[in-house]
Amino acid sequence: MIQPRAILRAFQLGIKSLMLHKLRSALTMLGIIFGVCSVIAMLAIGEGASYEAQKAIKKLGSNNIIIRSVKPAEENVVRSSGRSYVVEYGLTYGDAGRLQTTTPGIQHVLPMRIIRESVRFNRFSVPSQVIGTHPIYPEITGMELVRGRFITRNDEINTDNVCAMTVGLQSRLFPCQDPLEEEVRVGMDYYRVVGLVREKSSVEKRPQGSAGSEGQPVDSNLYIPLSSARRRFGETLFRRSAGSFEAERVQLHQITVQMKDSAAVERAVPEIEAMLRHFHTKKDYEVVVPLQLLRQAEQTKRIFNIVLGSIAAISLLVGGIGIMNIMLATVTERTREIGIRRALGARKRDIITQFLVETAVLSLGGGIIGVVVGVLVPMVVSHFAAMKTIITASSLMLSFGISGAVGIVFGLYPASRAASLSPIEALRHE
Amino acid sequence: MTSSPIIRLDRLEKTYDLGAIQVHALRGVTLDIESGSYVAIMGPSGSGKSTMLNVLGCLDRPSGGRYYLGGEDVSQMDDDQLSAVRGKRLGFIFQSYNLIEQLTVIENIHVPLFYQGRDLSECHDHCVKLAELVGLGHRLDHRPKELSGGQQQRVAIARSLANEPLMILADEPTGNLDSTTGTEILNLLDDLNSHGTTIILVTHGEEVAARAHRVLHMKDGLIDREVPQRTLLRVVAELEGNSAAEAPVS
Ligand SMILES: Nc1ncnc2c1ncn2[C@@H]1O[C@H](COP(=O)(O)OP(=O)(O)OP(=O)(O)O)[C@@H](O)[C@H]1O
Ligand SMILES: [Mg+2]
Repeated sequence: MIQPRAILRAFQLGIKSLMLHKLRSALTMLGIIFGVCSVIAMLAIGEGASYEAQKAIKKLGSNNIIIRSVKPAEENVVRSSGRSYVVEYGLTYGDAGRLQTTTPGIQHVLPMRIIRESVRFNRFSVPSQVIGTHPIYPEITGMELVRGRFITRNDEINTDNVCAMTVGLQSRLFPCQDPLEEEVRVGMDYYRVVGLVREKSSVEKRPQGSAGSEGQPVDSNLYIPLSSARRRFGETLFRRSAGSFEAERVQLHQITVQMKDSAAVERAVPEIEAMLRHFHTKKDYEVVVPLQLLRQAEQTKRIFNIVLGSIAAISLLVGGIGIMNIMLATVTERTREIGIRRALGARKRDIITQFLVETAVLSLGGGIIGVVVGVLVPMVVSHFAAMKTIITASSLMLSFGISGAVGIVFGLYPASRAASLSPIEALRHE
Repeated sequence: MTSSPIIRLDRLEKTYDLGAIQVHALRGVTLDIESGSYVAIMGPSGSGKSTMLNVLGCLDRPSGGRYYLGGEDVSQMDDDQLSAVRGKRLGFIFQSYNLIEQLTVIENIHVPLFYQGRDLSECHDHCVKLAELVGLGHRLDHRPKELSGGQQQRVAIARSLANEPLMILADEPTGNLDSTTGTEILNLLDDLNSHGTTIILVTHGEEVAARAHRVLHMKDGLIDREVPQRTLLRVVAELEGNSAAEAPVS
């Protein structure tokens, strides 16, 4: 019974009817447009806000536990005489060893020593992070090898002066030259470049106390064997700050512990904390558990989404009630017209189709415009407010679906009621 | 063709159930109407004329009795079939014109054809001819609001003719019109009848009824008598005579 021609005709009739009531149609649509648009925009903003946090956390790896050295609060610092002093704090090689041997379910322990130094080649000098670490590093952090190789076990054993650099550093240090097998200078030592890598994450390895370096690109990293780092740089790192030398004595800046699975993470965390408490007199470390952060972020996101979602739902509802009102009024006002049409041979079905098309065009048309506007608004927001927004397919479908359904149901109901009157009853209607 | 009854009513009843009371608008009307005839229904207000016409026009269902239209039992049909009957065989002219406000003259004339599945493009010429027939060929794109009552009624007539109906039902078609315009409208109906269309017309006016072949008189939901044509003609003649006699006085 559904013929394309009949549908086309019903469509023409519906559109025509709408065009004859331009203002009313436009106003009805406006309600739907705002409803749909606000749902999409709100969910997109909500989604975007939580996404950034989650992304950062996920990069850390949900099976990892990250232990960082933290410079203790000022009063705990042991001052030495004069204007310079040495601060000793942080994780030790001993900690790394103990973690390896005492934590159940552990897979890898990845110690890191992070030294802020300039890396030089020819005339170029790029402020970088020189990271002393183990060959296992790429595996744990998901680093990508672009060319050459990463540092190896042999390099480690031989305390070789070899290094792998990130593409970020390479582009600044070797703008027009192949870095492999070249020697770069850090401090007084030369390191042979053996590989080129690309970081998956660049967040976790900011050395402590470098809050002022936020603006600096952090993907200028140079990886060297931990043993080499220890030998070349010694334990005491100097930093010039505010006219005075500040020396820090830090063995390891970070230890990343990779666990078998997330269940092992949860079991290991209290044990690791207990162990560290036992061996550290002051709280000069922090334990970051990405898994827990992720859970918190998800929880926050859920609440956020519920709040935004209900606001959006209310606005859709208001839009829907608007549609309902207008449709009810329209159809009631047009009962006589329905009667005339019925007298002239229209079947119930014809009347219902006509109104169905009218409401469908209104609500779906409004829905589509709403979707377009709803997609544009988050874009504008992220452009001007530097806020990430994510438009999810589900929010599009949800808002579009609801507006469409509301429009059609509330348009169809009064129409079918009017159509089921006998023609004469409809005609008598005033 | 003129001899077979197009309408056969067998104890047709219509009762309006108003809850507390029941209004018996038709109390068992039995009637045959020949195809091609011109029938006028008269009677006092509230006697059931409109009710009768609505049932005849399949706009309303009888509550009892049988109604055969062209041999088919209409009283047993479902809603869609009734719509089809209205759309294919019947034309309506109402006292209050009942044009669709937002449509133009030509579009109004097209409506019955639309529901027969015809495109405006393919029957545009036909609709224009009908508009010309009723003298509105130059106002095709006007809306009902921009027309006088008589013009609107002519659009309604053109519209009732669009589907080439077997029968036209008119409920006081001249009720809202002055006598000159009314006469023009009635002349149109006469024309149609002379071309074979059955016409059933409800009226209060004797002159109007005088144009019909048969005049049925209703009272309290029944056809109480069929007024002989002669009587009516005499009445009309008397009326005309009176006005002729009065003319010199005033
Ligand atoms: N929809 C309705 N509901 C209830 N009663 C109705 C309805 N329509 C008509 N009636 C009743 O049916 C009876 C006949 O009404 P109808 O309209 O047929 O009279 P009529 O002969 O057309 O009168 P008029 O000459 O004033 O138009 C009246 O008593 C009227 O009150
Ligand atoms: Mg009446």
